[in-house]
Amino acid sequence: MTELQAGQGAQPLKVPRIDARPQRYRDVLIALVAFVLLALLPFIFGSKQLLDFVIRCAAYGLFATSLNLLVGYTGLISFGHGMFFGLGAYGFGLMMQKTGVAIPVAFVATLAMTFVVAIVIGAICVRLKEIYFAFVTLAFQMLIHSTILSWQSLTGGDQGLRGGIPRPPFLGIDLSNHLHLYITSCALLVIGLFLMRQIAQSPFGYTLRMIRDNATRASFIGIDVWRAKLVIFVLAALFAATGGMIMALFVSGAYPEFAYWTISGEGIFINMLGGVTTFLGPMVGTVLLLILNDTVTRLTEYHGIVLGVVILFFAIGLRKGLMDFVVEWFAQRRGEGRG
Amino acid sequence: MLEIRGLSKSFGGVKATDNVSLDFADGSLTAVIGPNGAGKSTFFNLITGALRPDAGQILLNGVDMAGRAPPEIVRHGIGRAFQVASIFPSLTVEETMLAAVCADQRRAGVMHRCFPLAETRDRAEHAMELLGLAGKRNRTAATLSHGDQKLLDIALALVLEPKVLLLDEPTAGMGTEERWRMIDKVRELWEKQKITVVFIEHDMDIVFKIAPQIVVLCYGRILATGTPDAIRTNEAVIEAYLGSDDHAGAVA
Repeated sequence: MTELQAGQGAQPLKVPRIDARPQRYRDVLIALVAFVLLALLPFIFGSKQLLDFVIRCAAYGLFATSLNLLVGYTGLISFGHGMFFGLGAYGFGLMMQKTGVAIPVAFVATLAMTFVVAIVIGAICVRLKEIYFAFVTLAFQMLIHSTILSWQSLTGGDQGLRGGIPRPPFLGIDLSNHLHLYITSCALLVIGLFLMRQIAQSPFGYTLRMIRDNATRASFIGIDVWRAKLVIFVLAALFAATGGMIMALFVSGAYPEFAYWTISGEGIFINMLGGVTTFLGPMVGTVLLLILNDTVTRLTEYHGIVLGVVILFFAIGLRKGLMDFVVEWFAQRRGEGRG
Repeated sequence: MLEIRGLSKSFGGVKATDNVSLDFADGSLTAVIGPNGAGKSTFFNLITGALRPDAGQILLNGVDMAGRAPPEIVRHGIGRAFQVASIFPSLTVEETMLAAVCADQRRAGVMHRCFPLAETRDRAEHAMELLGLAGKRNRTAATLSHGDQKLLDIALALVLEPKVLLLDEPTAGMGTEERWRMIDKVRELWEKQKITVVFIEHDMDIVFKIAPQIVVLCYGRILATGTPDAIRTNEAVIEAYLGSDDHAGAVA
């Protein structure tokens, strides 16, 4: 019986109370408002730096939020999620450089390629238990990174994809224009977040939370645990790849660092920073990390130490991410106000 | 109709279930009793697919369940609750119920998974009403009392509308009064839902009072089956169980 009772001792993870009724209309509204605000930004502040910052936030934000679908919602701690970020960047960059197809075609083709790779890797990984899952995903990340490094004729090895990614205009959108690139990145970010939100709120999202809480019980109400894990693994990979494609467009190239394990590490870091129990936690974490990165690297060359101290503060001091902290604080205040 | 034919399972040299054959008629209520280590939980684990039988058949309306995985067996209509309430700590009562119904409706296709049906809510509501959990719908499972967690565990099995419901010690870890309340609930569910219920129970008073049919297991084998009166006077049972020194331990 002990095996059957395995999820019992687990500490309950606090989850924001999510109403079961579809909140789609509210989400659509929030998404539209967010997009309009982001789109107005360049007309209010003309700063190119700010727009660059938002584009990077879009790339890393999609990546980190998709990682949270695995870590926070399903309890799958992947240390190799960055491989899909790298795959997205390289797949898209190579497709544009070698074949000269239209950008939307390359976008869809890259997603299709990621889909296939994620199914194969996922099928191997999701049956493994916690720590083995983490290690094997990390191993695959290293495998893909070394493949990129050693396949010089295709990927340019440690030099990365150089010579720029051609960006032919399509449907009146010219991604070599900075403003167009900015608006497109924002649109991808908002659409991506909206879709992930819908996944998290759907009955399938509940299935994921049940698996995280008590996988054994989940299987006894008729859920194929490994299949659900595989589905979310593949979906998360697609969003991570989209982040990678934004990054490739932004730097007009792809570099081995995009597929290195440190990207996965940063994803975990962002999730710890922002918090995994709210949907937007990783997005907040992304903004925080990028601000930290930008300011600290300007001030000192020992930025690693500063980031380390920050993460220790969150891990040991707050014991939760920033958004978890904020949400709890508000809940507490509301409780006091009522009492 | 649930028919067990020659079910066997060994762990190393120990025969935890030894050539067990039993029939559970539709709509019957059966208690499974036996001393500690008699193989009661193993018996349930075999039927629900948690363990793979070494031999034998588990026929649910003629379809063999032996060797299938738990999700498949659940979908065929054998639900179970656990000895230690097995629930989802971070979900509320209502979310648990809705999620379970949605998982069950997967047969309805991918669209229904994305857009929950109105029926989903009704089924969840019905199960909460049945178990008396409707008033605690917004409590997270982790914050419920032990008794309510057991009820939630049963509700999880029941909301899937099983043909056969297996309850592994529904009254485990409860005080006397709470036990009776729980067992009345079980009886009420059985009467209302008209499903086949099989439950494991240690308390002899409870078993003799409410179960029309009793199965006694001992060392993985069936020692006796029959009505409470037949079991009470069965010599083998008295010898092995009721009359022995084990009695005190078994009742506790």
